[in-house]
Amino acid sequence: MGRALAVFIWVMTLATVWMFVDGRWWFPESITAHGPAYDRQFLISIIVVGLTFAAAQIGLGVMLWRYGSSRRGGNERAVYSHGSNRLEVVWTIVTAVIFVSLGLMGQRVWAQLHFNNAPAGSAQIRVTAQQFQWNFHYPGADNKFGRTDPAKIADASANFIGLDEDSPGAKDDVVVPTLAVQVDRPVELVLSARDVTHSIWVPELRFKQDLVPGLNISVHFTPVKTGKFELACAELCGQLHYKMKSYLLVLPENEYREMAALPPAQFKTRMTELLKKYPLGSVPH
Amino acid sequence: MAEAETIHDVIQPAAAHAHAPSVAAHHHGPPTGFIRKYIFSVDHKVIGIQYLLLAMAAVLVGMLLSVLMRMNLTWPGTAWPLLEILFPIGAKGGVMTPEFYLSLVTMHGTMMVFFVLTTAPQGGFGNYFLPIQIGAEDMAFPTLNMLSFWVTFVGFVALIAAAFVEGGGPTGGWTGYPTLSAIGGKLNVPGMGSAQNLWWNGQNLWIISIAIFCVASLLGALNFITTLLNMRTRGMSLMRMPLTCWSWFTTAILALLAFPVLLAAGVLLFLDRTADTSFFVPGGLSDGTRVLTEHNGGSPILWQHLFWFFGHPEVYIAILPGMGVTSHVLSTFARKPVFGYRAMVFAMFAIGLLGFFVWGHHMFLSGMSPYTGMAFSVLTLTIGVPSAIKTFNWIGTLWGGRIRFTTPMLFAIGFVSLFVAGGVTGIVLGQTSLDLSMHDTYFVLGHFHLVMGVAAIFGMFAGTYFWFPKMFGRMMSERLGKIHFWPTFIGVYAIFIPFHIMGIVGMPRRYASFEEYEFLRVLDPVVLFVTIAVIITVAAQFLFWYNFFWSIWKGEPAGDNPWEATTLEWSTSSPPPHDNFGGRVLTVYRGPYEFAVPGAPDDYVMQTTPDAAEENQSPLVQGGSEISGNGHNGHKH
Repeated sequence: MGRALAVFIWVMTLATVWMFVDGRWWFPESITAHGPAYDRQFLISIIVVGLTFAAAQIGLGVMLWRYGSSRRGGNERAVYSHGSNRLEVVWTIVTAVIFVSLGLMGQRVWAQLHFNNAPAGSAQIRVTAQQFQWNFHYPGADNKFGRTDPAKIADASANFIGLDEDSPGAKDDVVVPTLAVQVDRPVELVLSARDVTHSIWVPELRFKQDLVPGLNISVHFTPVKTGKFELACAELCGQLHYKMKSYLLVLPENEYREMAALPPAQFKTRMTELLKKYPLGSVPH
Repeated sequence: MAEAETIHDVIQPAAAHAHAPSVAAHHHGPPTGFIRKYIFSVDHKVIGIQYLLLAMAAVLVGMLLSVLMRMNLTWPGTAWPLLEILFPIGAKGGVMTPEFYLSLVTMHGTMMVFFVLTTAPQGGFGNYFLPIQIGAEDMAFPTLNMLSFWVTFVGFVALIAAAFVEGGGPTGGWTGYPTLSAIGGKLNVPGMGSAQNLWWNGQNLWIISIAIFCVASLLGALNFITTLLNMRTRGMSLMRMPLTCWSWFTTAILALLAFPVLLAAGVLLFLDRTADTSFFVPGGLSDGTRVLTEHNGGSPILWQHLFWFFGHPEVYIAILPGMGVTSHVLSTFARKPVFGYRAMVFAMFAIGLLGFFVWGHHMFLSGMSPYTGMAFSVLTLTIGVPSAIKTFNWIGTLWGGRIRFTTPMLFAIGFVSLFVAGGVTGIVLGQTSLDLSMHDTYFVLGHFHLVMGVAAIFGMFAGTYFWFPKMFGRMMSERLGKIHFWPTFIGVYAIFIPFHIMGIVGMPRRYASFEEYEFLRVLDPVVLFVTIAVIITVAAQFLFWYNFFWSIWKGEPAGDNPWEATTLEWSTSSPPPHDNFGGRVLTVYRGPYEFAVPGAPDDYVMQTTPDAAEENQSPLVQGGSEISGNGHNGHKH
């Protein structure tokens, strides 16, 4: 029984490692400036995880293989030992060093994204999430956002974010359900939610952030590849949470600038055309 | 009167009985009527079994819910005629609605975390064996003990009721995040109530159930701590306690500090829902037609802090008793002392203590300050150190042993394997940077299901197979036990390892269907594979139930000490008499895991065996044993 268990544990360890190295099931390609650093940190961490996992499982299996009572002769007893303080100390120090170093390394990408303000020249887009729809608010040609007021929210007339049409800068503002950004230019998203907590999630971005009622959360990233990518909600927001889908369009500079300068109605038409034009995934630019 | 008498018991040190063992009779005599004996019993052993049976019912429900979830994810839109009979609204025409799926998610999580992972290891085994293992006649407060079970039971009934009230079961997830859980009714989210159904809706009953559970757990925790500190028998010093007792003690302290916070949070959420207060709801929210002007000034993040201040220690409440049982069983069947007993005790306390400083790692992306996130992240990674110490010592315990591969031993070994498999990925999730992608994906589900779900369950299986003979006087079938072990062990790996790669691909949790997203298509075969594994693994669990109930009546008679084990529960009959030791006051002479002692006649020396040889040899040791004989040395006050 012991040896069978040892063999199973080893086989299971191999199968697990295979699932992770096979490559069939892995991250989609990264499309952001911080993506490679993220992927590197993930790889380092998963290797440490894999080695720790494999070492412990193999070690456990060795004990089962070697120390089964039926494999020991007659009355021979177990080793009478209460442990070893020296080994405990060594083991504690080794694991502490590895885990804490990984923990510190694991702050780098985070710090880069969250401890700095969005770089100068970032395109600002306001995001208001609602059940079960994304609203991306663009400032239009004047690059100024109109005022929003919850009292003006009226789904019936498609004013999902409560844009005050009469406020300065509002006339050319566009609110669309798709996020379009310009490649190689930092994007600042100002995130808010008008009903419950949502979370913006594009696997290719290696980025996720909750949108919280009552807060305006500013985040930034720099897309470096053009294309169309699925955008999902990652925080339970109600019965149609699983359908709260949108797209991220990363456009070449000329296409983006051209669209951003259009008046609202044409902006929306152009957006629809671009959504159709791009297949899912990245395209070379 | 029972309380007054047992408080007397507590104030009087156990040593007081020493000179007149005959008066150490049980203070509450054995009851005679059926109701006092089996229903409203104050006997910790009956209460322990009641907790176990409750958990067995809850785990059956929780498990069947997970099968339904997998069916919906794998074959979305399929009509299951049988389902319509049970849930005519949630599964109209036999097809599960998305809100029905969410109520499955919520009920599964709540059922498992509270009524299985918290009740069985602590309320069940802890209740039954903590007093016996320290040589006490009962818990310090037997009536309180009875109350804590029956209050738990009321909480269980409330949760079941939540699934069947008008409007459907609760859909907020087991974490119940506001503002969804607070104003969901105003947004027409099913299961969240409405203006017409302000009180008896799923989400309210969910809160009520949890609040009741908190009260019950508090009562239990007080009882455990008092019992352990005050009612140890002669010679049972803290450092001679079995590691199981240490784990129940640590768990009780965690429960005492964590549950009140959840209770308070639950009350506040209930007020937000029913009295339009604004603890968790900010101003300026809209339902698309009007501003919810009745709310202003609250914060959804406050709930998350309160919830996880409870929720993270709760993870350790679930797993620590499993660690205790595993250490206990590994040592017994490796026929070897626990490797690094002291290190195990300290590691357990370190885990418990650190467990209170890491809750923020659930909230990196919640809108909390990123600097706070960083602090929580580094603290989180340090919790891996005591966990690694424990793993190291379990493997060390096996090293050089003479392992008997009994069913409880197989499950204890499984615990170690699963604890490692689930625990190591904490290194990934604990890093703020990596959480940017991993948060709220199946990677998280894989991590916590392995470590606090099935590892903890394996701890319970190990405990059940190990202690069954003591509880019922009969052995469980070893053959059936082993047949149960294999598909369970293989099955849980086949289910939860693939969860990790699903998470890496980016599969979000709490989705009623994955059909909407192209990037998830690559996972279709994996989703199917997992579902098949779930069905097989769940089916195998019926072997356990069968074995359990069959063995109560038909198992081989067990004898007092069938496993040749050392601790006090094996120094009494199986099952133990009403007062546990038949009026005897035991004296403890040594630590709990004295196996393979050189020169001893058997390969195990029980804690109660007097050390005759040493007494005759050395005056120093003789003096020591005299001191332990009067009961004070053991306590080391």
